[in-house]
Amino acid sequence: MMRRTKTNVTRRQLLAGAAAGAAIGTLGFPAVLRAQVPSVKVGILHPVTGAISYSGTQSRAGALIAIEEINAAGGIKALGGAKIEPLLADAQSRPDVGAAEIEKLNEAGAVAVIGPYASAIAIATTAAAAKHNLPHLVDVGVADQVVTRGLTNTFRFAPGLAKTVETAINNLVKLNEAAGKPVKTVMIIHEESAFGSGMASTLNAELPKHGFEIVETIKHANPTRDFSNIVLRVQARKPDLIIPSNYYNEYVLFARALRQQRVQTKGIYSILGGGASSYKFVKEFPDAAAYVMDCNHWFDPRKAQALALKDKVEKQGLFFTYEVFLNYCNVYLLADALERAASTKREDIIAALASSTWDKHIMPYGPTKFVNGQNEGAQPVNTQVLDNDIKVIFPLEFASANAVFPVPERKG
Amino acid sequence: MTARTAFAVIAFAAALIAPFVVHSDFWMGFLITTLLYAYMGMAWNVLGGYAGQVSFGHAIFFGTGAYTSTILHISFGLNPWLGMVAAAVAAGLVGALIGYLSFRYGLRGSYFALITLAFAEVFRILANSFEFTGGGVGLYVPLKIGWWNLQFPSKTGFYYLALALTCLSLAIGAWLENSRFGASLMAIRENESAAEALGVNAFACKLKAIILSGAMMGVGGTFYAQHYLYIDPTIAYGPGVSVEVLLVPIIGGLGTMLGPLLGSAVLHGAGELARRLMGDVPGLDLVFYGVLLIVMVRFLPEGVIGLLRRRHKPGAAHA
Amino acid sequence: MLELTILLPALINGLTLGAVYALVALGLTLIYGVLHIINFAHGSLLMAALYGVFFLNTGLGIDPYAAIVVMVPALFAAGYVLQRSVIGKASHGKDQNVLLVTLGIAIVIENLALALFSADTRTIDTPYAFEMVDLGIAFVPLPRVIAFIAALAVTAVLWFIIARTDLGRAIRAVAKERQGARLVGIDVDHIFAMSFGIGTACLGAAACLLLPTFYVSPGVGHVFVLIAFTVVVLGGMGSFVGALVGGFIIGVTESLGGLLLGESLGQIGIFLIFIAILLLRPTGLFGSRLS
Repeated sequence: MMRRTKTNVTRRQLLAGAAAGAAIGTLGFPAVLRAQVPSVKVGILHPVTGAISYSGTQSRAGALIAIEEINAAGGIKALGGAKIEPLLADAQSRPDVGAAEIEKLNEAGAVAVIGPYASAIAIATTAAAAKHNLPHLVDVGVADQVVTRGLTNTFRFAPGLAKTVETAINNLVKLNEAAGKPVKTVMIIHEESAFGSGMASTLNAELPKHGFEIVETIKHANPTRDFSNIVLRVQARKPDLIIPSNYYNEYVLFARALRQQRVQTKGIYSILGGGASSYKFVKEFPDAAAYVMDCNHWFDPRKAQALALKDKVEKQGLFFTYEVFLNYCNVYLLADALERAASTKREDIIAALASSTWDKHIMPYGPTKFVNGQNEGAQPVNTQVLDNDIKVIFPLEFASANAVFPVPERKG
Repeated sequence: MTARTAFAVIAFAAALIAPFVVHSDFWMGFLITTLLYAYMGMAWNVLGGYAGQVSFGHAIFFGTGAYTSTILHISFGLNPWLGMVAAAVAAGLVGALIGYLSFRYGLRGSYFALITLAFAEVFRILANSFEFTGGGVGLYVPLKIGWWNLQFPSKTGFYYLALALTCLSLAIGAWLENSRFGASLMAIRENESAAEALGVNAFACKLKAIILSGAMMGVGGTFYAQHYLYIDPTIAYGPGVSVEVLLVPIIGGLGTMLGPLLGSAVLHGAGELARRLMGDVPGLDLVFYGVLLIVMVRFLPEGVIGLLRRRHKPGAAHA
Repeated sequence: MLELTILLPALINGLTLGAVYALVALGLTLIYGVLHIINFAHGSLLMAALYGVFFLNTGLGIDPYAAIVVMVPALFAAGYVLQRSVIGKASHGKDQNVLLVTLGIAIVIENLALALFSADTRTIDTPYAFEMVDLGIAFVPLPRVIAFIAALAVTAVLWFIIARTDLGRAIRAVAKERQGARLVGIDVDHIFAMSFGIGTACLGAAACLLLPTFYVSPGVGHVFVLIAFTVVVLGGMGSFVGALVGGFIIGVTESLGGLLLGESLGQIGIFLIFIAILLLRPTGLFGSRLS
């Protein structure tokens, strides 16, 4: 454990160094490169500093791996083997900075932008990009408003919030019925910002229709320094099921507090959980993570390319998180559009994206089908932590394991 | 004086034609941000610089303005231009409330600074908890581009609005430096009891200053909301804006007319320079920015304006 | 009613949480009391200390509690040098400049950590992380109990240094009247740096006691810095007992506020108390200054 963490750090520093080197490289001899092989500039815009820099860094890593692969495989063939040249940009976890970076990318000649992880930033960046008709692939940004404002340049490959919560509820109902309806009472613990609050209000409206009783909904601040009292309330209410949705830091503290107080429930079912489908969480808190279920963005475990990518990411000393593979997919989605457009004109790329039926991704989705910028083929899946690993348990056609539900009683 | 007037006229003319010369939307955006913060820095400067009441929580007014115009726009269809006026009124009222409480109880110095910080937190938590502010989900300004809707189709519109606000703030600065009210504020800053002995009603003056300062910030909040089309409790009331608007005038020159403009230009210029110099390793540009901040304070203790003053009239004391 | 049955355990939780807040605030109150400056770098120095504890643990296998003997002197030295060579020099004795300098330091430390260590949230694994102590009415994690006792001990040590040593006498003299102190031959710059060093050293101890139940990331300072200011004001700027009691009050307020108003809105209690104290008793519960 100790040694592994240590090499992690040095590897990451190496990676940082390599990134710096790459940056100097692009500044140093672009003329030579450009003379020989044409390049396609793509804006890779993420919040790599500030409050959500972890997710931003993971996102950037995923995008860069895909670009490297595509370039190694001969670049964009329809454009004479043009190499994808990433233009790295930092939104500093702020919408205004994100919008300013869009302008910079636009002027630096980006043919499209991928990013910017957070919904609040995406609202600003997609609108800014729309003014230049600059194609903008939204990697995560789950808020439904990102794609419902009629912006023709905006494409979201992954599912939005409404779709995710709807799927999560449907799957929960199925799971519960299959197990003989062990869960009747539910307690929701959510963070206070857009994603947790949005989720909690939908759950409160929908779950009672399916016969679940919500015994309490607790909204907590970011950051919350202590979960002891929330756990006290969980103990007092004795819900059959806990539905948490929080960011990683709070998820860790909450899970640890649950474990400390030996809380017994029939299950923990999170939605877009900060820790539930995180290899980092599973590795660092195997005991607290065991049997936790999550409805989240997840790769298709049956695809060889997905497993190869996972291997590659882990070799870089990074954890294989949804930010990584969603950005990886978005780069390939764009590359596919560039191949079909055989052009770097923005309207051509947008048309190619809009008519995209791409199915060579590593997600458990069908072929892409964009309706008003949203990929209707996208869906979240259910995962569960089993044997110190994260398995897909739902939908059954993608499942790599059977759900263990209700979870076995714990000793000690 | 004539040289100065000539310089001012040239600078103003340059600012007016900038959109026709600058063809980069990025640099237009940079100018807009710089002007907006110059304006909001002056809002802070009215209270913190001229009156000497340093606030750590000016986001209270910024956020109140942003929420006021946005809520009125979404819920009642109020035009954002009118919303901007409503924002100024609402933020001014909040200023009156906080000012009344703090000055009534005689809070000064770091005590006043900390109470503004606490109020900003209270507002942030409340905005997070209520239905009509959208709670933690925040509020999305509906995308309806058009100048009558305060969503300009190009950067030029926002630029001229920001420029107009900055000119207004400069006029307010000039007025403070040449009016009885401004003199009273500066007297309070130097020595409150002495000012009162001379017949200045310190409480009333400080209250007026915080209302003016708050109202100005409120307009800035509406500007932000209309420009970026989304606000949430952290953007509106978080410490980010509070810190930035106090940095601007202190770096430029506390309690001076040109300080906020100079400070905003230098700070945003430094930030951009840092990004271009430091490459793509996350955080390194901000390290550079932080170092630059410390170095500036070390060598320009009077702010950037000290540099100009030193050249013009050596030995001129900071007011 | 549910709330009543968990009232007592919640109170206990509040007290142990308050002890953690006090640990972070003790150094800040000393710095404020002597230098009369609002130190924006406090949170980022705590973060740096937490990374220190983390790397000592994961790299060298040093237990976080044993790391105190390394971290306290290290942070003292860092604080001393920072005040003597950066803050003191760059601020020219102006309050608003101190503000900017400490803010600049905070930005530098935070982003340096980001550039060097990445944005990962890191935790350490200790054999006692899940050990619980049965206090009769509540089970409390062992690390929390240790932190509680340590908060009392750190308060006592600080009180002893300030009240009973020559250094303490000099610090009190400088805090009260820096010009006068200079006239009687006290090296004011040295005393400022000593005070800043001791205040920062407290963070070294706080980090060791905090990490077993918490995490570290480049932004972790923000989690505690506002609370620490609240505690300092509540207790009286410069009062150690005040910081300790203030910590307890804030911890309990947060705990009970969360119970009654909900965890999110409940945070408001902290700031309402803060505002009330500022308005009604700005010197804090235990008076201000080091006297």
